[in-house]
Amino acid sequence: MNRINQKLQENKKLLSIYFTAGYPNVNDTVSIIEQLEKSGVDMIEIGLPFSDPLADGPTIQESSTIAIQNGMTTQLLFEQLTNIRNTVKIPLLIMGYFNPIMQFGVEEFCKKCNEIGIDGLIIPDLPIDEYLSEYQSIFVKHNLKNVFLITPQTSNERITEIDSISDSFIYMVSTAAVTGSQSGFGEEQLNYFKRISNLNLKNPQIVGFGISNKETFKQATLHQKGAIIGSAFIKFLKDNSIEKIPNFINFII
Amino acid sequence: MSQFKVSEKGFYGKFGGAFIPEMLYPNVEELRIQYLSIIAESSFQEEYLNLLEQYVGRPTPLYFAKRLSEKYNAKIYLKREDLCHTGAHKINNTIGQILLAKRLGKTRIIAETGAGQHGVATATVCALMGLKCIVYMGEIDIERQAPNVARMKMLGAEVRPAISGSKTLKDATNEAIRDWINNPTDTFYIIGSVVGPHPYPDMVAKFQSIISKEIKSQLHTQEGTKFPNYVIACVGGGSNAAGAFYEFLDDEHVGLIAVEAAGHGVDSGESAATSVLGKIGIIHGSKTLLMQTDDGQITEPYSISAGLDYPGVGPLHAHLNDVGRAEFIAITDEDAMKAGLEICNLEGIIPAIETAHAFAVLDKKQFNPTDIVVINLSGRGDKDLNTYINYFNF
Repeated sequence: MNRINQKLQENKKLLSIYFTAGYPNVNDTVSIIEQLEKSGVDMIEIGLPFSDPLADGPTIQESSTIAIQNGMTTQLLFEQLTNIRNTVKIPLLIMGYFNPIMQFGVEEFCKKCNEIGIDGLIIPDLPIDEYLSEYQSIFVKHNLKNVFLITPQTSNERITEIDSISDSFIYMVSTAAVTGSQSGFGEEQLNYFKRISNLNLKNPQIVGFGISNKETFKQATLHQKGAIIGSAFIKFLKDNSIEKIPNFINFII
Repeated sequence: MSQFKVSEKGFYGKFGGAFIPEMLYPNVEELRIQYLSIIAESSFQEEYLNLLEQYVGRPTPLYFAKRLSEKYNAKIYLKREDLCHTGAHKINNTIGQILLAKRLGKTRIIAETGAGQHGVATATVCALMGLKCIVYMGEIDIERQAPNVARMKMLGAEVRPAISGSKTLKDATNEAIRDWINNPTDTFYIIGSVVGPHPYPDMVAKFQSIISKEIKSQLHTQEGTKFPNYVIACVGGGSNAAGAFYEFLDDEHVGLIAVEAAGHGVDSGESAATSVLGKIGIIHGSKTLLMQTDDGQITEPYSISAGLDYPGVGPLHAHLNDVGRAEFIAITDEDAMKAGLEICNLEGIIPAIETAHAFAVLDKKQFNPTDIVVINLSGRGDKDLNTYINYFNF
């Protein structure tokens, strides 16, 4: 069974962490992943940096720009991750925009992911129709779960469609906002969390965007299976060494 | 069905589509479902055409350029989009989109701008309609284009600097898209060119198609034929070219020439000739030709004209290039500036530097004396005076 699905069966709320590969330093990738696992994180999203990350706010735009300046490339990321499964057991996903993946070659990209032991992909700007008609068979062939997003504006009809083509978890965007722009959840978001929970979807949901501390993690996982922290972790890395990662995680869980 | 019209899924051949994050889906989908029927409503058409006539000043003349024709030994006509209100074709589109925004019940308008022409055209129609207007503009462009920033402010728009990435048009577009993600219900995004996710490229092309509609009927009156031998237009994102080509796309005996900015030369490393230097990729929600690194990072193009330095090109143009329906020619800064000055001297018209690129083709291509050549004079050069002054040391 795919490591993601296995993890989702555990009887606990899951903490997933996003970081941008190549930030703060180009060769930090493996040590960040290892520190995160050691700290008790359940799942990791490795961000493949892109020059124009449309769905992200200033924090991830900046970490991506710096990562690219540092010399991070798709090829280099794969080289860094070659032996990652010797030490790391938790599910690993790559989150990236579609253009760099297209340029690498979608088939080749998926093949590499599978060889390394990547379990899933999150590609915010790959539309569902395009995925189903062009790429689904490639993802399946290489044992990769494709994770789709829903937002507070996504219609129930579309949520049902997304649920039916997903077979790991649904990435639930907490708010109509880019990443890293929220501080705390209001009534509206809490109602949305509850509303989605009441749909009884077959795929568990993991909430992203707007989670930065113990309080927001708790709110986000009241009705959902887990939550993802991205921008807040990137900000932490800006000011703290990798060895300090356990401090950040202990502050959340 | 024309092979050059957009498919139901938003593609021109292999280019186009809507490669957008889910956060944008409801907005783009709302527009996709409704734009055709709203545009087709007779009340919409009436209001749109009335504003184009009374406010923009259409139809713009199709002017026979006698001295230019003598010099290049062909019958050269200029489609005078420079005479539109605000000084360029951009307003044809912003009028159309703001009427659409109003019918969708939107109260807040956002736009991106590079040189500021689309920003001014958007601020203008927002003032006209009494809607709140926010224009995103790269921090570097704000410094370079101070007069247009002042114009937008005078027209009541808020100009927000894009401080991410390379701080130019592509980043201003990113910021506008992010604003739309953050404001999904009350906001309408007026895109300035035939770029972005479907239905924008088709919608903008339709609003600009008034240019070629008029060319057809004016040419019929003046020359007794609806069909020129060539239509020439400059291409950045490609909205004026899309408008000038639109009604001729299926008339394959009409040669279409799209003129890109070669900057310091196509091979100089400082160029914006996307059809030569671009590879297929995704930019701003559209699959199209795109200037990028081997690793898929979008690169910053260069041209002396701020309106042509977009790293992508509209998917319609990528398709026209792919199937050979349009001939793409790249013109350097030097040749464009020379051609711009020549139009000043021969015809008494100061063209925008973008448009000057189109004129430079006259010197590159051999025409027959009986050829009817229509050049889309997309904008006037007032905004470029500083660049002209610095270049020629006037």
